[in-house]
Amino acid sequence: MWDNATIMMLVEGTFVTLYMTVVSTLLAYILGLPMGIALVITAKDGLRPNKVIYKVLDIIVNIVRSIPFIILLIMVIPLTRVIVGQSYGPTATIVPLTLAAAPFIARMVESSLLEVDPGVIEAAQSMGANIWTIIWKVMLAESRTSLIVGATIALGTILGYSAMAGAVGGGGLGDIAIRYGYYRYQTDIMMVTVVLLVLLVQVLQIIGMKLSKKLDKRMK
Amino acid sequence: MEPIIQIKNVSKTFIGKENQVEALKGINLDIHKGDIYGIIGMSGAGKSTLVRCLNFLEKPTTGTVVVEDKDLSALKEDELRKVRTEIAMIFQHFNLLMQRNVLDNVCFPMEIVGKSRAEAKERAMELLEIVGLADKAKSYPAQLSGGQKQRVAIARALANNPKILLCDEATSALDPTTTKAILKLLQEINQKYGITIVIITHEMAVVQEICSHVAIIDAGELAEHGTVEQVFSHPKTAAAKKLVFMVNPKATEMQGKRCIRIVFSENSSFEPVIANMVLECKAPVNILLADTKDINGIAHGQMILQLPEDEAIGNKMIHYLKDRKLEVEELDSYVG
Repeated sequence: MWDNATIMMLVEGTFVTLYMTVVSTLLAYILGLPMGIALVITAKDGLRPNKVIYKVLDIIVNIVRSIPFIILLIMVIPLTRVIVGQSYGPTATIVPLTLAAAPFIARMVESSLLEVDPGVIEAAQSMGANIWTIIWKVMLAESRTSLIVGATIALGTILGYSAMAGAVGGGGLGDIAIRYGYYRYQTDIMMVTVVLLVLLVQVLQIIGMKLSKKLDKRMK
Repeated sequence: MEPIIQIKNVSKTFIGKENQVEALKGINLDIHKGDIYGIIGMSGAGKSTLVRCLNFLEKPTTGTVVVEDKDLSALKEDELRKVRTEIAMIFQHFNLLMQRNVLDNVCFPMEIVGKSRAEAKERAMELLEIVGLADKAKSYPAQLSGGQKQRVAIARALANNPKILLCDEATSALDPTTTKAILKLLQEINQKYGITIVIITHEMAVVQEICSHVAIIDAGELAEHGTVEQVFSHPKTAAAKKLVFMVNPKATEMQGKRCIRIVFSENSSFEPVIANMVLECKAPVNILLADTKDINGIAHGQMILQLPEDEAIGNKMIHYLKDRKLEVEELDSYVG
């Protein structure tokens, strides 16, 4: 069974999984980061308290986070068709992955930003900093280590979700594992894909942790 | 002379879910240019709220603050931010950016006003030189001691040439030696650059050390204010007495014995006055409290003595001290 075609398929599957994971994470941050910032800013003791915006965001995040990913995957198929033109394959999978990950990322960004010492924010206000300077140069800059740790967790989670998309022909390692392991009883190929997925998560995790540690100046 | 800060009938009420807290009640106070104005009070007296009203980090519920003819309550958001660049502030917990090195921390307020990077760096180095931390420019706050962090905060505060420096319990997290050094630095800044300084503290020692004026805040109200000399020598209100005598009025009272309070000021001569008095009157006294400091060979501060029971000797002692130009006041009930 270890012919060239199988090996090529596994290598391609690994790259497809990485492609889906990385692109979805980036897109999910484009949506989730502003949402997370908005949650912190509009909260009751935030810089611009706004009950309506806060509540709306809070509810959206909670609703999307409560939907099991496999269900969301199917629910958004019409939207995926509109955006990508088809409902299967790696690029199509990016749509539900992004939608599922964005609220999750918003929550993680929110909790990272809430870790920033309110005293430092007050100090910036006392210097006459405007809200954008405070968001960019105080809140995001000061919480960067925590944000990177969050991004590492997000990558791992999205990678896991991408494998789930294999159930509906999403492509990548998860797709291979389901087709060969589940439909054809080729347990060995399934095991190899599982090992590859574990390795991917490990590598991402190590890179993320190293990076966050390197950028953290709070230690002596 | 027109005051640089006018606090006009400032009240602040915090509204909680179930109750309202009146943190400040109708405070009126003028602070003049070049003053080092101490605002002192027990914790919870409202002094931190008051100092935040001076740059409108807290907006007063009623009343207003006028800084150099600008009524802060009448300013728009961006105008207020501009005024804030002229009112620097330092804090009990320093509030430095932990992910930036010392130099970049000092550059931060200059980034806010849009100074060029090169210009900011040059000025920051100059300031670090002034606070004695030029060799730490590339260090991170986590690598510094408390005193060094506060020096960085002071350098940062001076970056945009402020006219006013607000200090919110700036020495409360520091040990006594470091506190002295920081206070000395603040005094130098006041004298060299003519920056008006407002110091919030709960320690009378801080006020005595460097302040020219003092206001005592008690339960949200202005209990007393004036020059440090005035308030320290003749505290009128209970709150002031409590802070000056550093004692708890609820403690059991000393009864039946006469106590006097002596204030040493610049008039006092250079002699061991208490010892001489004891020798002269041939009777012992009990020193209940002594808080004096030697400034240029002259004692400054106060002492509380318990006199012998013999009234004649007691009177003689009071007379002796008054002759030596010390301020003596009999305390009807010293509580210690």
